[in-house]
Amino acid sequence: MNALYSLFAVFALVVIALVGAGAAGMEQLFGLYIPWLAIAVFLLGFVAKVIGWAKSPVPFRIPTTGGQMKSHDWIRHDKYDNPATAGQTFVRMALEVLLFRSLFRNIAVQRFGSAADGVDVKVRYASAKWLWLFALIFHYSFLVVFIRHWRLFLDPVPSFIVALEAVETFLQIGVPTLYMSGAALVLGATLLLLRRFLVPQVRYISQAADYFPLFLILGVALSGIVMRYWAKTDIMAVKEVTMALFSLNPAVHIEGVGAIFFVHVFLVSCLIAYLPFSKLMHMGGVFLSPTRNLPNDSRARYHRNPWNDPNVKAHSYTAYEDEFREKMIEAGLPVEKTLEEAAKTEAQ
Amino acid sequence: MAWNVKPEELLQYDYKVPQKNWMDVPPEFKPGTWCYPAKAEILEYLNKATKGDFPHIREWVPTDADWKLPEDWRERIKKGFRERLDKYRSFKVFMDVCVRCGACADKCHFYIGGGDPKNMPVLRAELLRSIYRGEFTLAGKILGRLAGARKLEEDVIKEWFLYFYQCTECRRCSLFCPYGIDTAEITMMARELLHLVGCNINWILEPASNSNRTGNHMGIQPHAYYGMMEFMCDDIEEITGVKVNCPVNEKGHEVLFITPSGDIFADPGTYTYMGYLMLFHEIGLDYTWSTYASEGGNFGLFTSDRMMKKLNAKMYAEAKRLGVKYIIGGECGHMWRVLNQYMDTMNGPADFLETPVSPITGTRFDNAAGTSMIHITEFTSDLMKHGKLKLDPSRNDDKIVTFHDSCNPARAMGLLDEPRYVIQNVCNNFVEMPEDTIREKTFCCSGGSGLNTDEFMEMRMRGGIGRGNALRHVQQKNGVNTLATICAIDRATLPPLARYWAPGVEVYGVHELVANALVMTGEKPREVDLRQEPLPGME
Ligand code: SF4
Ligand code: SF4
Repeated sequence: MNALYSLFAVFALVVIALVGAGAAGMEQLFGLYIPWLAIAVFLLGFVAKVIGWAKSPVPFRIPTTGGQMKSHDWIRHDKYDNPATAGQTFVRMALEVLLFRSLFRNIAVQRFGSAADGVDVKVRYASAKWLWLFALIFHYSFLVVFIRHWRLFLDPVPSFIVALEAVETFLQIGVPTLYMSGAALVLGATLLLLRRFLVPQVRYISQAADYFPLFLILGVALSGIVMRYWAKTDIMAVKEVTMALFSLNPAVHIEGVGAIFFVHVFLVSCLIAYLPFSKLMHMGGVFLSPTRNLPNDSRARYHRNPWNDPNVKAHSYTAYEDEFREKMIEAGLPVEKTLEEAAKTEAQ
Repeated sequence: MAWNVKPEELLQYDYKVPQKNWMDVPPEFKPGTWCYPAKAEILEYLNKATKGDFPHIREWVPTDADWKLPEDWRERIKKGFRERLDKYRSFKVFMDVCVRCGACADKCHFYIGGGDPKNMPVLRAELLRSIYRGEFTLAGKILGRLAGARKLEEDVIKEWFLYFYQCTECRRCSLFCPYGIDTAEITMMARELLHLVGCNINWILEPASNSNRTGNHMGIQPHAYYGMMEFMCDDIEEITGVKVNCPVNEKGHEVLFITPSGDIFADPGTYTYMGYLMLFHEIGLDYTWSTYASEGGNFGLFTSDRMMKKLNAKMYAEAKRLGVKYIIGGECGHMWRVLNQYMDTMNGPADFLETPVSPITGTRFDNAAGTSMIHITEFTSDLMKHGKLKLDPSRNDDKIVTFHDSCNPARAMGLLDEPRYVIQNVCNNFVEMPEDTIREKTFCCSGGSGLNTDEFMEMRMRGGIGRGNALRHVQQKNGVNTLATICAIDRATLPPLARYWAPGVEVYGVHELVANALVMTGEKPREVDLRQEPLPGME
């Protein structure tokens, strides 16, 4: 159900763009104003969210440690899973963000034997790197596609983008030559979707908010591919629009670009405007996670908690001794005050 | 009522998920899956001690239809939620960034051994997140269920109570999450919210209240505590012929030693306790115990940040009163999470203490320069590395030993190799359990975070399946008969677990093994170990 709703929602967006920019001829709106609005929403939303997070303090150092702490010098310290310094923490974060270290660790539970085996039934783990692989394909192809698009916004096109494209197309498939990242993005998103459909547990936890972005990204990728390989959109006209977008120049004439371009741009606009309000914010959140971005050094160094309540105090030793003094003395335990002294204080 | 479900019956579960949306599956309170609510007199005492942190005291049972929540329970929850979002970035970020990838799903022992999908950490967190979305986010308010939001109904509170007291805050899920989302952190918040509407459990609050009043969670009064120690000293003398010293509440020593009180009270922890007494006596450590700070374990960690701070504050207060230079902490799980991650921040800076320096080897513990508190296995492994102990590991030759990493020292600290080094110095036969069940990937004993009570036995045995299986594996393959550990809760929870899933394996504290092997000055030829069982070759 959740998946269907999401699929329909993306279809609806496509139709809106087709009708709006095609039949109703609102090219200006779909080509410029909506993207501007989307970018503004994205920037404001993103910043607001990050500031919102940052406003809440990190009172305690709570890293989840993934290896041996720094201890004796003759015990091997697991620097990047259990960092003790800012530099080591940086490497840990880099491994996480660039290589999805935690997902690489993933293992999947398996049960062998029947219930009748009693204590000899086996629950074992097996390596499970599928999610890691799918996620890696998906995110990296997305990144490459994203960078590749800069050529539309930059004039002259920087040489590293030209180089990137050369790498991307070295297989020389089709005319125009296939960008591998585009195909990989579709593949990655499809794999992630299939995983959501086919693994019962994952389906059970999936919400509309999980399918929608995947369908949306698929829509973006497919409309882009259609535009490049079938609709054969006039690339110079497109570049004119994108340059106008970025120079904030509404005077440009958007003609002869083709409806599919507006579908693409509209879906992208929806995606970037949706991002700050959705789980896609994990993009920013991953950097702020206190279990990952802190060194494990709270025994070595003092850290302050801004809201630490000084009024929370231990049950005092005095109160403790007052309650148990007699018994302590009888047992031969040292006390601060003898019975007479205590009686005197009480009398006062 | 004794719990006697056989493993075959307990294993009648699978990982299937219901057809219905999880929001439409109501919580079900089956015997063995929930803990008894806190007794009124305990709450009254705690309320006095904390100036009202435990409101809405009443008689109630979770199986009742009506939980007699306070009139304004929704407002209390919402206000409490907002406050905690503003206090903890972890909470706020974790409410927002989960992508429901499911990487954490099969990492929780309660899910592995029970198959209830709400025990998948991601769904456990969603129980709270769905309310967060509905109450605090625009998308949730507008789109409702489509955005994963739901209404705050009484059933939600019941569900929270059931599932947040089915999480042992072990953090195994956090290790595998790509964003480090820590369900333990979320569970802590949920439990704090539940306190606000008077829903809590006795097995946590009674120990907390005892720790506050008597210094230890067992509620042992000082004279009785001292009596038990003297009793142990007599046992030691009987076994070794050496009369060990046992300084208590004495001022002017170099070191204060604090360990969980569970170990003075019940076997097999008592043998570990005797192990400390013997080791410290043998090396001539200038130290003292304290009855006022006689609890290492901090039941406040399972209650609220305020209670945790309050109980923890005793350690520094006592160190100051006694005038010691630094503190050594014994084998305890949660105690070390609190010490490593919270103590100095809550109750420091400990500027009246010094950076610990071992008086025997001269080693400076710079990794504890701020807190001035070191772990006993850090201390002992250093002694061994410098050859300061005379050891006869053959006394442990009847044991084939494996080591259970306790969740907290492992995943909140990274104390992995020190205990192994100590064990390997005192035991000739050491084997590791399969790699996915040890070190940072270790499985919980399933009784952590205050859930080691008998009425929760079914869940404990279900959750114990991961550790039980691994143990059974090395038992069959290597003949393992000894499970060593550095946590007092483990010493209470692992024996029934081992009897259930790997019958024949006994549970030991690491310093019990040390004491068995320790050759003491002036000792008589030993014939029995600390458990008064014949040593190998003496049968
Ligand atoms: S692993 Fe992390 S992001 Fe994935 S479902 Fe679990 S909590 Fe969410
Ligand atoms: S912290 Fe431990 S018990 Fe709690 S959800 Fe995670 S794995 Fe399960």
